[in-house]
Amino acid sequence: MRGIGKSFPGVRALNGVTFDLRAGEVHALVGENGAGKSTLMKILAGAQPADTGEILIDGQAAHIDSPRAAENLGVGMIYQEFNLVPALNAIDNIVLGSEPGRGPFIDESAARARAAAAFAELGITIPLNVETSRLSVAQQQTIEIAKVLSRRARIIVMDEPTAALTDREIDALFAIIQTLKSKGAGIIYISHRLEELPRIADRITVLRDGQAIETRAIAEFPPDEIVRAMVGRRLESHFPDLPPVPSGAPVMLSVRGLLNPPMVNGVSFEVRRGEIVGLAGLVGAGRTEIVRAIAGADIPKSGEISVDGKPLHARGPADGITAGIALITEDRKAQGLVLGLSIRENITLAHLSQFVNRDLLVNRAKEDREANRFIEELRIRTPGPEQLAQNLSGGNQQKVVLAKWLLGDARVFLFDEPTRGIDIGAKAEIYNLMVKLAENGAAIVMVSSELPEVLGMSHRILVIKDGTIAREFSREQASPDAVIAAATGAAA
Amino acid sequence: MNAGIQAELTQNVKEEKAKQTRAYWLRVGGAIALLVIIALLINVAAKGAFLEPANIIRVLRQITYGCILAVGETFVIITAGIDLSVGSLISLSGVVMAMFANSLHIGGFPLIAATLCVGLALGAAAGFVNAVPVVKLNLPPFITTLAMMLMAEGLSFKLSHGRPVPLESTDFQNTGIGFFLGPLFSSLHLPGLPIPVIWMLVIVVAASILLMRTRFGRYVFALGGNEEAARLAGVNVTRVKTLVYVISGMCAAVAGFLLMALFSSGSPQTGTGDEMLEAIAAVVVGGTSLMGGRGTIVGTFFGALLIGMLYNVMNLLGIESYTQKIVLGAVILLAVVVDELRKRYLRRA
Repeated sequence: MRGIGKSFPGVRALNGVTFDLRAGEVHALVGENGAGKSTLMKILAGAQPADTGEILIDGQAAHIDSPRAAENLGVGMIYQEFNLVPALNAIDNIVLGSEPGRGPFIDESAARARAAAAFAELGITIPLNVETSRLSVAQQQTIEIAKVLSRRARIIVMDEPTAALTDREIDALFAIIQTLKSKGAGIIYISHRLEELPRIADRITVLRDGQAIETRAIAEFPPDEIVRAMVGRRLESHFPDLPPVPSGAPVMLSVRGLLNPPMVNGVSFEVRRGEIVGLAGLVGAGRTEIVRAIAGADIPKSGEISVDGKPLHARGPADGITAGIALITEDRKAQGLVLGLSIRENITLAHLSQFVNRDLLVNRAKEDREANRFIEELRIRTPGPEQLAQNLSGGNQQKVVLAKWLLGDARVFLFDEPTRGIDIGAKAEIYNLMVKLAENGAAIVMVSSELPEVLGMSHRILVIKDGTIAREFSREQASPDAVIAAATGAAA
Repeated sequence: MNAGIQAELTQNVKEEKAKQTRAYWLRVGGAIALLVIIALLINVAAKGAFLEPANIIRVLRQITYGCILAVGETFVIITAGIDLSVGSLISLSGVVMAMFANSLHIGGFPLIAATLCVGLALGAAAGFVNAVPVVKLNLPPFITTLAMMLMAEGLSFKLSHGRPVPLESTDFQNTGIGFFLGPLFSSLHLPGLPIPVIWMLVIVVAASILLMRTRFGRYVFALGGNEEAARLAGVNVTRVKTLVYVISGMCAAVAGFLLMALFSSGSPQTGTGDEMLEAIAAVVVGGTSLMGGRGTIVGTFFGALLIGMLYNVMNLLGIESYTQKIVLGAVILLAVVVDELRKRYLRRA
């Protein structure tokens, strides 16, 4: 791939990335969230067109304009979220879309033979006749691998393949990868787990802000240098100064023994007025589930939560809101916004009772005033409050979600990945807002997978691993290497 | 931010506004123009018989019952649900109300009010039963309301032994076939607005206010658009969802009440035809999305009106009923296809 560029409205996702893959090698692609890894891979897989640049396969210019074209050229994708039909068995999933047949009928024995051949090539066996939904994650993954293999893929992309696997399953996966290598396939391996790369990768390329920063053989790329390349020099840039937490500031949020297996396994911490606590950790470590349980979005199995000294036993999100907790969810499209409603309607949704007249009708004029106030204050770029949320850019959508929670009198703000997928300018505005909230005495918990963000925006950092607090760092103690080491379980 | 970007943004904002205005007029203006054109064409085809005041009143009277059903159905469909039981609930509530009225020894307004209350309670209870498996077990409403449809139909036949239950009292006649504002219409040589039409108009206006102006209405849209976001915003999803089925059941009971009054009897066969399907058709033709999150009561009214006009003109032209159904089906398909094309055009523009 040479000079690949791609822009989305408001964001330049890729800026002249050049990347090469040799036959029989595992080439790891690392970078923070938003660095451009998935966009680059989507372009290779034909899911999105590139704006600039070209792709060569075996030295020939390749025109990849659809997933099908990519498949025909030997590109196989294994996404983190598998593309399997849960109600079909392994054979059906493997041949899906290219069923061997006699006229309209599927040739069952040929299909079975093809699936069996793929598994034999991998040297593994799994039950072929069982619905895939009843298989383990690792088994489903092998089906995905067999699927791309049966389609003669020579370039195999694996996105976070070990994220949901146990140690033994990871060993098995690595054995499979070795087999694929020995057969001459090239593998692009995307992972956040730096500690596993020396075991499996031949070369590493670091992406940052849509640019390929560096490519080196694994032996010449020690972990601390990888981290430095990933993080870059942005650490001291665009974060506002955090005002210190006043000494003697009272505890605003207290969490004791929070338990909600399998993702939350005993978590205790306190957040004081004016304090920002960052929750760091790998995807799937349980951070989101912790804040959801605090807010009442999930009902925890046990544990004590109190807000400003008052115990809270939430039986649903409404109780959390009443207690003064605002949960700004990770996925604004799925959980934060009603996309088909206007900005105004989204902003007032959680506190609509404040807008009801004595005649039980909603006061439109008051809604308009509040919506316009937030549009101005948060600088939401829109023609007006009646614009539908679905027509806004990511950063502006996030501001609408924030406005929704600023409207009430929340004193505890739980931010889950507050700046995911939004541009630098909007990020800075959201950071400033968090600082302002803290100055006004709010307690803030911020879940973030972006290391610089956690380091730059937290008074304290809790590193979450396997649903518990693995380590706690003060702002002064925390360094990227130490936090990553604690999050991945690598020896620090 | 430099001046160039600022100017560009202002430009974008202006374009966006123009686009929205265009979208609005394309929709509202288009709908009204279409209706007027259709009405005029029909009128020409029917040699002027269509736009006669008496005929317009006839159309309104014919759509009354289906429109009231469709109003309730609109609430359900905006939450991305469906209620298949409304037709059968017309029958069941009619039979039960007739039997109840016959068992009372009072007359006049108390009789009418008590009977209506029993019907409303029955409709509300049926809606509640529809909703419980949906909200508690997350079962598809298609199935729960299908089951209710069968049970209500069977029960109404069983209670009435398959025969209409004649009303002993004549006090319901005015509600069923009476007129309102007679003097105002005398110059048009009309007896006035039929009472059931008044009921429909009141229900349309009240439901529209409930949907567009109250907290409950806003929650209905939020729930249909994104249930999880609504829940996390503190909306009591269970209550709102239950209420939409209760409203739908109650609307069916009102339609059952008016039909019982019209026929002076509660018949188990009243609502077992195409009533439910036509109600859903009116909702969809009226621009409410089956995917949820979008829709209006006024749209539903016009949807019902369009379907009613079609039937009416086909009767005026002497088209027999088999052909009528073919035409109706084709028009419903055309209406939703045109609506989808309009949306696609706007998305591109």
